[in-house]
Amino acid sequence: MKNILIKSVIQVIVLAAFFITAQSAYASPLLNIFACEPEWGALAKELGGDKVNVFIATNALQDVHHIEAKPSLVSQLRKADVLVCTGSELEIGWLPVLLRQSGNERLQPGKPANFEAAHFVRMLEVPTHLDRAEGDVHPGGNPHIQTDPRNITKVGEAFAKRLMEIDTQNAAYYQGREKDFLQRWQEAIKRWEMQAIPLKGVAIAVQHKGFPYLEDWLSLREVATLEPKPGVEPTTSHLSEVLEQLQRQPAKMIIRAAYNSDRSSVWLSEKAKIPAVVLPFTVGGSERAKDLFSLFDDTIQRLLDGTKVTAVK
Amino acid sequence: MEEAFIQTTTLPHGLTLKAGRFFSSIGYLNDQHAHTWDFVDNPLAYQAFLGTQFGDDGVQLKWLAPIDTFVEVGTEYGRGRIADTIGRDKNGGSAASIFAHVGGDFGISSNWRAGVSYLRVSPQDRVSHDLDTQGRYVTNNFSGTTKIWLADFVWKYAPNGNATNTSFKLQGEFLHRTEDGTLNTDTYNASQSGWYLQGIYKFMPEWRTGLRYDHLNGGNVDYGANTAGLSNVNYDPQRWTWMVDYNPSEFSRIRLQLSRDESRQGLADNQVYLQYQMSLGAHGAHKY
Repeated sequence: MKNILIKSVIQVIVLAAFFITAQSAYASPLLNIFACEPEWGALAKELGGDKVNVFIATNALQDVHHIEAKPSLVSQLRKADVLVCTGSELEIGWLPVLLRQSGNERLQPGKPANFEAAHFVRMLEVPTHLDRAEGDVHPGGNPHIQTDPRNITKVGEAFAKRLMEIDTQNAAYYQGREKDFLQRWQEAIKRWEMQAIPLKGVAIAVQHKGFPYLEDWLSLREVATLEPKPGVEPTTSHLSEVLEQLQRQPAKMIIRAAYNSDRSSVWLSEKAKIPAVVLPFTVGGSERAKDLFSLFDDTIQRLLDGTKVTAVK
Repeated sequence: MEEAFIQTTTLPHGLTLKAGRFFSSIGYLNDQHAHTWDFVDNPLAYQAFLGTQFGDDGVQLKWLAPIDTFVEVGTEYGRGRIADTIGRDKNGGSAASIFAHVGGDFGISSNWRAGVSYLRVSPQDRVSHDLDTQGRYVTNNFSGTTKIWLADFVWKYAPNGNATNTSFKLQGEFLHRTEDGTLNTDTYNASQSGWYLQGIYKFMPEWRTGLRYDHLNGGNVDYGANTAGLSNVNYDPQRWTWMVDYNPSEFSRIRLQLSRDESRQGLADNQVYLQYQMSLGAHGAHKY
């Protein structure tokens, strides 16, 4: 079998030589950023401007807990210089296998170019004990941090700093963009908080436990969850229980994210006679939510509209 | 033990090196673990040519091209533990493979992967069952060289890339095997092939159904001096399989599978399987 061994070794050498030549011919002057979710893609564009090339792995109509580890994502990770994701195990069903396949040593967990947004905010709903019977619970806390704009501020500051460390040549540029973005962002937060005053203390029912940070920010009161357990589709029996619960403790509206199926919330909306409100949840989740600013403009507007509906036929 | 390997993530230029016991990356289904299979069993061609699934002790080197289209090429070298043989038990190996996969997206709703692979193994004393000319069961013992070509493709569709409610997957593979060596004590050579095509449709969040067709081509078999003793019928086995499964969570699955297996000439088997699967431990990531 010696000749097979020799053949294999030759194959490997020829391939390796080809790879290295092919790669050096492909170097791009821009910093390639791979964003797991649209909100971090939008943030990377705000901070990176024309020095970066941003690839966004998922869209607002996908459930980011469940993404196919498809070939195009492997090849995009292979090229990426920086990875920006939520973390807190939100992407655990797909990102680890993509990272392994990509063979991109710079992006492996723990490396500076692997940026996890959840590290930089105060996590809510951190479980005290872990049990599979509780559904898809994340040990690090609820990962849907992007629904509070104050978290975007913290992540933005940390990510700008990371960009400056990785791409030192353009550090001054990133710093300038960060300053400009954060200034506009703080002003926008003030505006949204003014607009959202009528939402204070409003009771809501949610499809998935995806909004604790939004609730925390705007002092919304979550009184019911349509999913019996996180990540488990609502069942008819559970929905009937929720309906009873809502009769005892009424909510103003039912909230779901753009990617959620409308079946359960529409059914409950008809029975409980309260509106079902679809929130964009991330950039691209509605016509209007084209960037981070319009994402929150639209979210606040939809919530306000929800409170104005008095009864649903 | 199915797999126990180390894989590097620190090599430059998109190279990864794997060493240990692992499922070969040839074809599409070969390196998928049984709990992720869409049917209770693997296709007939895999059962006939790869001993259900080819897992070996060896090394693998893979390279991923730095371009938008997914292009992966790799090669493996190992002891050659195929179809219940132990492979080479001294230094060196008796199996080598080379494979290439390409893949990409068609818009946001669908994606695909296709590939070709080649495996060469030299089994010693591979045991298989056969019929003699009197119709009695006999055991054959093969030593020689096996060369297998595989071509595979898979296409997955989900509206807006959101597979929570509905999705569809179409996949097929073609395997061609030539063998050259000795069967029992005389020369033997054969050229045979097989393929399958299957579609899996997720029609509700927790429900999937699937249909598979398997076909093997008996091809040309030259038993040499054994010709007088062994029956050599020109028969092409085939099988139809249907399944439906219910997945109340990501960690459990109940499956009903019905198949009509015409592997044996004139003896069709109707098979019913009821399968329950439960996963333990942390949330695992799924391969494409």
